[in-house]
Amino acid sequence: MSDVTTRRAKKAAQGPYGAVGKALGELDDRLGVAKGGRTFLDKVFPDHWSFMLGEIALYSFVVLLVTGVFLTLYYVPSQAIVTYRGSYLPLYGQHVTEAFASSVNLSFAVRAGLLMRQMHHWATDIFVGAIVVHMARVFFTGAFRRPRELNWTIGTTLLILAIVNGFLGYSLPDDLVSGTGIRIAYSIILSVPLVGTYLAFFLFGGNFPGTDIIPRFFILHVLIVPGIIITLVTVHMILLVRQKHTQFPGEGRTEKNVVGAPMFPVFMAKTTGFLFLVAGVIALLGAFAQINPIWQFGPYDASRISYAVQPDWYMGFLDGALRIFPAWSFHSFGYTIPLEVTIPAVIFPGLLFNVIMIWPAIERRFTKDYAEHNLLDRPSNRPKRTAAGVAVLAFVSMLFIASSTDVIANFFHVSLNTVLWAMRVLVLVSPFVAYPLTYRICKEMQGVRGAGKRKTANVVTRTAEGEYVAEPAPAYVDDVADDLEPTEVPRFIDESEAPAPESGVRIIER
Amino acid sequence: MSESTEHRTPVEIAGLAADDPHLQPAARNPLLVERVIAILFLVGLILVVGFGYCYWVDAAPWTLGATMGGGLFFLGLGLVAWGKYLMPRGPFVEQRHEMASDQETRDAFAAAIVERGGGVIKRRKLLGGLLGGGLGAFGVVAIFPLLRSLGPLPKDTLFHTDWRPGSYLVGIDGRRVQVGDLAVGSIMTVYPEGTEYTDRGQAVDQTVLIRLSNENFVTQKGRESWGPHGYLAYSKLCTHLGCPVGLYEQQLQLLVCPCHQSMFDVTNGAIPNFGPAPRPLPQLPLYVDSAGYLRSQSDYHSAVGPGFWERS
Repeated sequence: MSDVTTRRAKKAAQGPYGAVGKALGELDDRLGVAKGGRTFLDKVFPDHWSFMLGEIALYSFVVLLVTGVFLTLYYVPSQAIVTYRGSYLPLYGQHVTEAFASSVNLSFAVRAGLLMRQMHHWATDIFVGAIVVHMARVFFTGAFRRPRELNWTIGTTLLILAIVNGFLGYSLPDDLVSGTGIRIAYSIILSVPLVGTYLAFFLFGGNFPGTDIIPRFFILHVLIVPGIIITLVTVHMILLVRQKHTQFPGEGRTEKNVVGAPMFPVFMAKTTGFLFLVAGVIALLGAFAQINPIWQFGPYDASRISYAVQPDWYMGFLDGALRIFPAWSFHSFGYTIPLEVTIPAVIFPGLLFNVIMIWPAIERRFTKDYAEHNLLDRPSNRPKRTAAGVAVLAFVSMLFIASSTDVIANFFHVSLNTVLWAMRVLVLVSPFVAYPLTYRICKEMQGVRGAGKRKTANVVTRTAEGEYVAEPAPAYVDDVADDLEPTEVPRFIDESEAPAPESGVRIIER
Repeated sequence: MSESTEHRTPVEIAGLAADDPHLQPAARNPLLVERVIAILFLVGLILVVGFGYCYWVDAAPWTLGATMGGGLFFLGLGLVAWGKYLMPRGPFVEQRHEMASDQETRDAFAAAIVERGGGVIKRRKLLGGLLGGGLGAFGVVAIFPLLRSLGPLPKDTLFHTDWRPGSYLVGIDGRRVQVGDLAVGSIMTVYPEGTEYTDRGQAVDQTVLIRLSNENFVTQKGRESWGPHGYLAYSKLCTHLGCPVGLYEQQLQLLVCPCHQSMFDVTNGAIPNFGPAPRPLPQLPLYVDSAGYLRSQSDYHSAVGPGFWERS
């Protein structure tokens, strides 16, 4: 009895919000979190499927961090030669580097090791892919415009870092395929005019391969580059919260507000669920889709190579550029500029990423539009920007396809020469086809009424007289919310107070 | 400004009636949705527990991924559905605040930097200059030990390999190659004796030995004595990006680089006739000694591998 009363007294002392309220009160006394915390919980997130592309990138990065930490527990970043005595018999007794031996061991001898390694690899491919698609969304809808130019450049930097770190991690197992990739990277650095040899020697600690590159790639891959990525992701998020989301035009949506779902609990439920979904899909891929079976490639040996060696997909456009660029080496005054490498692998990516980085400024120069924009464009309403973006994507995609010239030639039984020249032509022609085509399509779409709205079915009924009447079916549930006038986020949401719906069917006024 | 303060006032926004349409779930049939979500959560829970079991008994890797991935997937699916269909459908609105401050605040900020800080420095230009100079010098000087300690200077290491006059050609097993070892049309990778197990031997010295015929083979003018008994030796490093030129097209007598498909004409001094490689593969001059062993007359006459600035 007395127990209950003391408990009651305790509860009363805690105030109406119980222990949570008390704890928050203590925190607020010291840090003053109540006001800002409340604003944060009320923060409104606009709802559009394309806004989750960035979330895929973020959550696959979370998976990368978790699985990556697991891998560092077993991976040994050393090029010291050891004799492999693990459970994979075809390699038994071979002299391999510790990096390779530990990578094979963590795949076969460590519980869940293979799963973690495959998840890590899949998450990388998804991470870079999600960044690219997210950037395409931001680009085509004009979300990069003032005031968000800074976040666009941070995002572009993140893409570059993601690609770099992907390559570094891909190199760590020191298998035959990745070792060849390192060799190509070495030669690309070597091709930089004037300082290339020094850069290459300093990075590799001497002539290729040396014994330093794996430990150095390791510390870059697990500490330095991820450190920068985490910092930039944090800044990316802070800017996003501070500047608030963009939104598509719609009922009650203006340049001065954000319409959508509140942070707590609606968005938090959805986004946490989405984190689980992304992690779940990556785990399923790791379970069922084999990726980078290094034990089949074997250890790296500088004088061995295998056929049909393609890098991970995000390096494909560079590999393609290297394949189709003509053999134009430049010699003069006793010096060489290996243009056949420098142009496709140094100058071209440098130019591409710089143009992307400063695109907001480039576009402003043409449009003279210095206003702030919080409402998004429909891509078809900005035909020139859309066409330019599609042209660049077409160009880069063709380069990506060009990274498989040998596989294409083999598969279709055509000569390598034909494929090479076809790809050269396609790479150069595709932007000039894509631009006007996209421009035309955008112009056509502008004339279509109701474009972009989800279409509802037409219900055709036949009257007793035999007359047919077509009427549009009720709107989809998702679309209906748009027709409601948006309201401020309520102070608290108490579901128990809401009357239970009388039946399973609710009629929604159109 | 006034708009934002208004919406922050809790009294103002607490007044949403419980039956307000904004607070209703988006689902047409919440009861059904709740049951579906419950099933999703249940499946997720079972799979997550299954993951623990699979890990405990050390089951096959795919079962670990299937149970963990499936568990997360179903829990996530349920949670998203909960947020999307059972929570208040809104829409809710939040006002944006203007980022820019008013002119006065800006001026005060700029003044604090320029006048308060700048004034102090202006008055003591010498000190400012010295401090700046010192820090700048440290920055520049610090770069050198940082960079320089990373590796040796290239010097002329890129121009030489370990092939010497009289080096024996050995295979990866360390066995010296004799004149009768290769049949016409076959190929092997050789190293200068003693380097076959070293990194440098494999990365730099690797050489591809091809037997084209039984008679001396001349690939170019001035290389009359380089191909004894039809043996030709070329650097195995592609002149494009340094991949091993590991494929030999026997009928066309072409060496093919599998990385970027450069092709080199073996009969004609390994001149590239396809692909991005700009230079022929350097040829190693060979001779056969009195005991019938294949040996190199000298090092390569030009730098092997890809292009770089100092290459002439």
